[in-house]
Amino acid sequence: MISHFLNLEWKQYFRSAHWQKGIAIKIIMVFLALYFVATFLAIGVGGYYILKKQFPESDPLQIVNSYVLFAIFADLIFRYLMQKLPIMNIKPLLILPIKKSKLVHYVLGKSSFSGFNILGLFFYIPFSIVLIKEGYHTAGVLGWLFTMILIIQSANFLNFLINKNNNALIIIATILVGLIGLQNFGLYDVVANGGLIFDGIYANPIYSFLGIIALSFLYWLNYNQLRTQVYLDEAVATKVEEANAADLSWANKLGDVAPFIKNDIRLIWRNKRTKSVFLMSFLFLFYGLIFFTQKTYSDWPAMLMFASLFVTGGFTLNYGQFIPAWDSAHYKMLMSQSFRYRKFLESKWFLMVAMTSILYFLSFPYLYFGTDIFLMITAGAIFNIGFNSLFLLYAGSFNRKKIDLTKGGFGNTQGTSATQFIIVIPLMVFPMLLFWVFDTFVGYNSGFIVVASIGIVSLLLKNYAMNFIEKKYIKDKYVMINAFGKEA
Amino acid sequence: MITIDNISKKYGKAEVLNVENIHIPRGQSFGLVGNNGAGKTTLFNILLDLIRPTTGAITNNSVAVHTSEDWKTFTGSFIDESFLIGYLTPEEYFDFIGDLRGMNTADVRSFLSQFDEFFNGEIIGKKKYLRDLSKGNQKKAGIVAAMMGNPQVIILDEPFANLDPTTQIRLKKIIKTLTENKEITVLVSSHDLTHVTEVSERIVVLDKGKVVKDIATSSETLQELERYFSV
Repeated sequence: MISHFLNLEWKQYFRSAHWQKGIAIKIIMVFLALYFVATFLAIGVGGYYILKKQFPESDPLQIVNSYVLFAIFADLIFRYLMQKLPIMNIKPLLILPIKKSKLVHYVLGKSSFSGFNILGLFFYIPFSIVLIKEGYHTAGVLGWLFTMILIIQSANFLNFLINKNNNALIIIATILVGLIGLQNFGLYDVVANGGLIFDGIYANPIYSFLGIIALSFLYWLNYNQLRTQVYLDEAVATKVEEANAADLSWANKLGDVAPFIKNDIRLIWRNKRTKSVFLMSFLFLFYGLIFFTQKTYSDWPAMLMFASLFVTGGFTLNYGQFIPAWDSAHYKMLMSQSFRYRKFLESKWFLMVAMTSILYFLSFPYLYFGTDIFLMITAGAIFNIGFNSLFLLYAGSFNRKKIDLTKGGFGNTQGTSATQFIIVIPLMVFPMLLFWVFDTFVGYNSGFIVVASIGIVSLLLKNYAMNFIEKKYIKDKYVMINAFGKEA
Repeated sequence: MITIDNISKKYGKAEVLNVENIHIPRGQSFGLVGNNGAGKTTLFNILLDLIRPTTGAITNNSVAVHTSEDWKTFTGSFIDESFLIGYLTPEEYFDFIGDLRGMNTADVRSFLSQFDEFFNGEIIGKKKYLRDLSKGNQKKAGIVAAMMGNPQVIILDEPFANLDPTTQIRLKKIIKTLTENKEITVLVSSHDLTHVTEVSERIVVLDKGKVVKDIATSSETLQELERYFSV
């Protein structure tokens, strides 16, 4: 039986849609994965020596131990947000002659090998090897490593238990915040006392076997909970989302483009990926903080321009670059309806401009960093509204990759092609370069005056640009319909 | 063979199924008819222990389906495409199920050879994953897989939907052959009254979760059903 399951796993992995992506994306993803592995490995191997150098009088193992408690809690919260039990995989097996208990063991056992549990090992294992090499006693280190593995595995199973329970998340988050608070206000030395537990395991590795009890108990709880729920209307249910019909009649005031705007708002709000683009654009508001608070960048104004563009441009850039691929699933249907292409494009333009304006108003607190920074953000906003919105619409006509909105949001690269990489040049590099040239050779103010004026000029030429863009879209209509019809 | 005893299913206050008593003897070909939401799939799901009934019990060959899993060894079923394993090729899927049902590769090959006509050259040897087949071809694969390993009970939910006319006719022939010897019990649900009356010797009509008709098929059955549904 196990060989069957392993065989299925193998095929599922290598035949998953991931591998059918373009070669460029594959390379980028492999590099990203290697990067994470390498980072953890580097910290694992080098961590001991770095700590030794920074804190020569302390024991590196004790320093690591003192933060393990925090790492566990952070790991749990991360897992809570990201890791789900892949229970839907067993649906096809339910009607086959396989015992349900086996299926549950399979799902749970499989979760033990998830990436969430593997990544940490790239730190703990090399770190332990270094410890042994540096003369720590082997039994102690192995006991310690064993405990860490058991803790990772326990976190894995604890996560599935609390995943169904929002209260559990609140409790864990509260404990974490509480611990940090206790430490910061000097009420109780969590770091030292937490560390003592793990120091104790190093001293008496036999205690690591307590972890086995905890792990078995959590596994048993999971098994019992799941075993009674292997039904299509319980754990193995496809979630049917309740339609939330918000009243969008206010949009009717926008005239001809209203139907499209209403549709776009629904599209953005009801799909994971678009929703995260929308919510992320508010996070981009804080992007400036990274740059404006650091001394290094204040001598490098072109980088500040870059940050300023991002502060108000989060939505325009992230949403705009995939126009009209967001509508790829129903592009054919749209093209068979009677409306002017112009209205469809205008609605996208309006959406980008409206969101940039809202983000600009929200960026007013940046006045705190002085008028220079704020003027730069203003120039960035004008550039985003005037130039970038129109340019992204134009660039969109080169999009040939379908986006399946039902697929998840985070880290989804569907729809990405060379277009996305090339358009960064006029969107970001061009204003940065202009700013830099005028700033260096003409004077500070001229930099953002030029960037802002390009925005204003583009805005004034909007009608002319729109005619041009519309023609391009109409010309490429058939190619786009054909491309969007293909599997991504 | 199958006894349905006071089965009901409630979601909150809404009762989606309430069947008092149906006994399906061995070898019967049983047709289940009803409009959308009548409870056909729910009944099949309970029969396959895929959802739990609120009240009542179903026994399949004197095995109570929600307490023992022994019925799985002699019951083949196909509900919809989500029960296929999308990343396998049809051959691999048949091999996998054959393996679970105690057939070796040669058994599987000779079993599948009976269905060459039914597959119409679109399933075997196409080098495609199940997920990339058309709805109709996925259905063909699922239906044939349900018949593997000499099951005594075969349950097919909407087997005629999405199939082309030729395949529908071939499928009817296959179902009739299955029940010829009165050994294999076949349960079929359908929206298509013509097809279901043709292959079933008994037809049960569900409406809003309740049994409203239970008829032995005769030459008048189709007209009777058409009268009932043309409200």
